Amino acid sequence: MTAIEAIKLAGQAIIEEKDFLTDLDQAIGDGDHGINMARGFSSVFTKIDALKDDADISMVLKTVGMGLISSVGGASGPLYGTAFLRASAACKDKNAIDAVTAKEMLDAAIKGIQDRGKAVKGEKTMLDALIPASEAIGTGIDAGKNVVECLKDAVEAAQTGVEYTKTIIATKGRASYLAERSIGHQDPGATSSTTMLKALYEYVK
Amino acid sequence: MKKIINNPDNVVEEMLNGMVASHPEYLERLEGFDVVTRKNKKSDKVTLVSGGGSGHEPAHGGFVGKGMLDAAVAGAVFTSPTPDQVYEAIKAVDNGKGVLLVIKNYSGDVMNFDMAAEMAEADGIKVEKVVTNDDVAVENSTWTIGRRGIAGTILVHKIAGAKAEAGASLEDVKAVAEKVIANSRSMGMALSPCTVPAAGKPSFTLADDEMEIGMGIHGEPGTHRESITTADEITQQLLDKIFAEDIYHSGDEVAVLINGLGATPLMELYVVSGKVQTVLQEKGIKIAKTYVGNYMTSLEMAGCSISLLKLDAELKELLAAPADTPALVQF
Repeated sequence: MTAIEAIKLAGQAIIEEKDFLTDLDQAIGDGDHGINMARGFSSVFTKIDALKDDADISMVLKTVGMGLISSVGGASGPLYGTAFLRASAACKDKNAIDAVTAKEMLDAAIKGIQDRGKAVKGEKTMLDALIPASEAIGTGIDAGKNVVECLKDAVEAAQTGVEYTKTIIATKGRASYLAERSIGHQDPGATSSTTMLKALYEYVK
Repeated sequence: MKKIINNPDNVVEEMLNGMVASHPEYLERLEGFDVVTRKNKKSDKVTLVSGGGSGHEPAHGGFVGKGMLDAAVAGAVFTSPTPDQVYEAIKAVDNGKGVLLVIKNYSGDVMNFDMAAEMAEADGIKVEKVVTNDDVAVENSTWTIGRRGIAGTILVHKIAGAKAEAGASLEDVKAVAEKVIANSRSMGMALSPCTVPAAGKPSFTLADDEMEIGMGIHGEPGTHRESITTADEITQQLLDKIFAEDIYHSGDEVAVLINGLGATPLMELYVVSGKVQTVLQEKGIKIAKTYVGNYMTSLEMAGCSISLLKLDAELKELLAAPADTPALVQF
């Protein structure tokens, strides 16, 4: 099990969902989320392939963050790029990820997205998937669950979060222009976040 | 889609090459990046970096030169440039006096420029930022939180550029840029849509007899659509929205920018400008300087925007200062 393999699965899942994510974004945004993210991960794949075999998890995640930042553009690039950079910093010098570290990494990523995008939970953004996911890992840790079990709970919480985004009004990002008309549509960013978490869980389970 | 292009994927690259090849006395290409920098850099001044999505030419590369910008960063059409591109532009022009980033208020632009600023600051470069938001059409839009930055941005380039050229400190250049932002407002309208080359089809449609008031420079929605009317009535409607801001009063002195969106002839822009002169005169507002032309376009969109900037002695003097760039020459 390597970090590079895990990232490739997450990126591959995004690339497979490119059209779906773009359709979601066309309904409430500017219709390029899938296109931009797929382009970003294609570029990231080239960059992580160039890494040395002994690159640690932190180094891989840093490469992913920088790769997304320099290739995605728009708002998703800085947001996801910052998330991966912060997660990278949170697992520096670690060779394995336990549940506690996984939560620290996810929380650092969430903090990065909040710092960059000035959003909070309930505004129909990727945070509506990621914050419940982090909370689920926290609950799992308290119940003595291992990292795989925690990740399973996180994916379920994120999926519930995506469903929740259908019921709320967008107040951040381009979808905010639609206001009430954004109700009924699931958020593309929350969806892509969940896709990546799910791919990660499928890999470690 | 009918365009004079070779390949939609190469439009920005070929445009930048053409721009630099056409204006070698003004511009240089930063090798390997979508950045144009000022030729004959002055080493003892604060430098200005701006940019954004492509498709708004001559903004921003056309305003690189003496008295305005030191570098412009070009993103994909209507898409913010990435932080690494902006970061390279900052590094290329910094000479130790500090760099001011002039950013139009769109979520993507603000985030990408913010990240570039952090990367440069980590290198020990002094960076300050201003965000332009002159468009009074909508408070929040498809692409922004808060007002959008449109043609009024050119007045920020002009005045902050003149301040930097005069040797002012980074703090003072930033302060004057913020003064321009606080005192400038714009309002636009569109008659026909534009087509992003990679998309291949127009982003919206307007009926033959329809216009959209408050249309953004990426085709994002404005306040409403209505049947097209006379130039005088359109101008009055745009000005009324600007006057509702309660900035411009009898006795004030202003600069006026009548901006074409790409497909509107100068003839029509001058008809609009004539009406603006009359309306301002009737309100007792004096016009110190009027710019008419295509400054911040939206590909081949037809339409225009009107920008007003309230002047004080400092702004008036800086506005009148020389500028020598591909798209704006003033002696």
